[in-house]
Amino acid sequence: MPSSVMSTSKRGDSRPSSAAVSAVALRKSYGDKKVLDGIDLHIPAGSVFALLGPNGAGKTTAVKILSTLIRADGGQAQVAGHDVAADPQAVRAAIGVTGQFSAVDGLITGEENMLLMADLHHLSRSEGRRVAAELLERFDLVEAAKKPASTYSGGMKRRLDIAMTLVGGPRIIFLDEPTTGLDPRSRHNMWGIIRELVSDGVTVFLTTQYLEEADELADRIAVLNDGKIAAEGSADELKRLIPGGHVRLRFTDPAAYRSAASALREAARDDEALSLQIPSDGTQRELRSILDWLDTANVEADELTVHTPDLDDVFFALTGETTVPHQPKEDAR
Amino acid sequence: MSALTLAVRDSNTMLRRNLLHAWRYPSATLNLLLTPIMLLLLFVYIFGDVMSAGIGGGGADRSDYIAYIVPGILLMTIGGTTIGAAVYVSMDMTEGLIARFRTMAVYRGSVIVGHVVGSVLQSIASVVLVGAVGVAIGFRSTDATVLEWLAALGLVALFALALTWIAVGMGMASPNPEAAGNMAMPLILLPLFSSAFIPADMMPGWFQPIAEYQPFTPAIETLRGLLLGTGIGHNGWLAIAWCVGLSALGYRWSLAQFNRDPK
Repeated sequence: MPSSVMSTSKRGDSRPSSAAVSAVALRKSYGDKKVLDGIDLHIPAGSVFALLGPNGAGKTTAVKILSTLIRADGGQAQVAGHDVAADPQAVRAAIGVTGQFSAVDGLITGEENMLLMADLHHLSRSEGRRVAAELLERFDLVEAAKKPASTYSGGMKRRLDIAMTLVGGPRIIFLDEPTTGLDPRSRHNMWGIIRELVSDGVTVFLTTQYLEEADELADRIAVLNDGKIAAEGSADELKRLIPGGHVRLRFTDPAAYRSAASALREAARDDEALSLQIPSDGTQRELRSILDWLDTANVEADELTVHTPDLDDVFFALTGETTVPHQPKEDAR
Repeated sequence: MSALTLAVRDSNTMLRRNLLHAWRYPSATLNLLLTPIMLLLLFVYIFGDVMSAGIGGGGADRSDYIAYIVPGILLMTIGGTTIGAAVYVSMDMTEGLIARFRTMAVYRGSVIVGHVVGSVLQSIASVVLVGAVGVAIGFRSTDATVLEWLAALGLVALFALALTWIAVGMGMASPNPEAAGNMAMPLILLPLFSSAFIPADMMPGWFQPIAEYQPFTPAIETLRGLLLGTGIGHNGWLAIAWCVGLSALGYRWSLAQFNRDPK
């Protein structure tokens, strides 16, 4: 029976070169607040795409539009080759969505949740039981399968959520902040799960506010800020967008800081933190010449750190945060 | 599969989910029966003598009043059960699961159909339970014909359908389950202003229109006539008109809200 339904939800007819998701000038406003102000996307099939942005940047709105939950005010979007506005049911047959908020039925057991999904995907009873058992096993939920989902921990709920999303064998999966609120161990488990999905050839569209996560998982990253895509590319390409690394000298004595600052005119000053930044790519040769220079200028810093650019820098540079809250991510002392 | 087969299949899946919830958490349904049962016992055993004397013109015994009050209590039971439906719909619509359903290739109305059919079935089961209490304290429907019995069952189902559609609309219009419960309160309060406890023509003159021009009074008069075998007059048509009207209104209202983009 469900041959017609199944064929659309399997990966058989995917064209590897074509875009799994594409959008042109997507716009959405709530009242006079522009949430999405014309975004373009092109996500090749079989890749992992991360939409990165601070809270309120419009990430969830983008996912909602692409997953047919809400309609865009303007622009066009195609998912799995179907227009989201003109043929939402065809899009829905090809996608799986795990939203930001737990989409499990807390009143029934984990297993019943899985069987509910199987029924809604029109699997036969035996097929449904097989798929449910398989996924419960894969997501380490066998022991909890007979308990009401409301009794699950945050990590378990999230795993059940993703397991439910996979029941129909979707080719494109939307994950809206899949690790927000998870403890570090659960987060790493979730990363493993996402990598596994990709190795099966599924296209993954994920949103995150964690740069580390986008760096770990995504082939391509788009930085969304104020409803616009501020930059797009691979993690390395994005890192190349901003000025390179630097050596940071920190002083505890204001007088020492002032004399160092006048000696090293090339350095960028941060008077509040009593620190100087000297551009450097962090190689041994450059470090040695900086050290020599400091010696000849008779500058003795209390702390020296080498900073290579990471996505945090990109993020803060692109999203226009003026004061960079310095996370001590430097590699050397 | 044709579109209709799919619609029926998906709706059936949602209905099973609905009934599974009711089966797992029977207290949620049973709590709603407390009000009608308490009012039944209160009016029969505490106010009973006065009420029967008033209704029977001085000489009636308590069994006459039991015969009078039980049909109204049965329809009040439906009002109470559908408050539960409003709360349940609101709960469902404010949770993440509804977004999942909306992004799946299932028949779009299936969630609502599941709620509506589930609520009607629960209402009928509740009416049977409260009816059993009525029979236990002495209600008898022995003068009714089989046809009148079937008609009574049909009326109960139709009335439940009408109130359910309104309740579903209320559930969707509410920002949270608590608000839904408050908004649906009239469903159990209206019978107090109807001919459930005393005949409308014994009420103060200014109040009679309030009692007469509302769905409960004609429906109660019809059910009473059917169960006691005493004839229903024009109340049958009035009751059906109310039910059809409320169903259509609730249906349009619910659908318009469901098809709107979620926040």
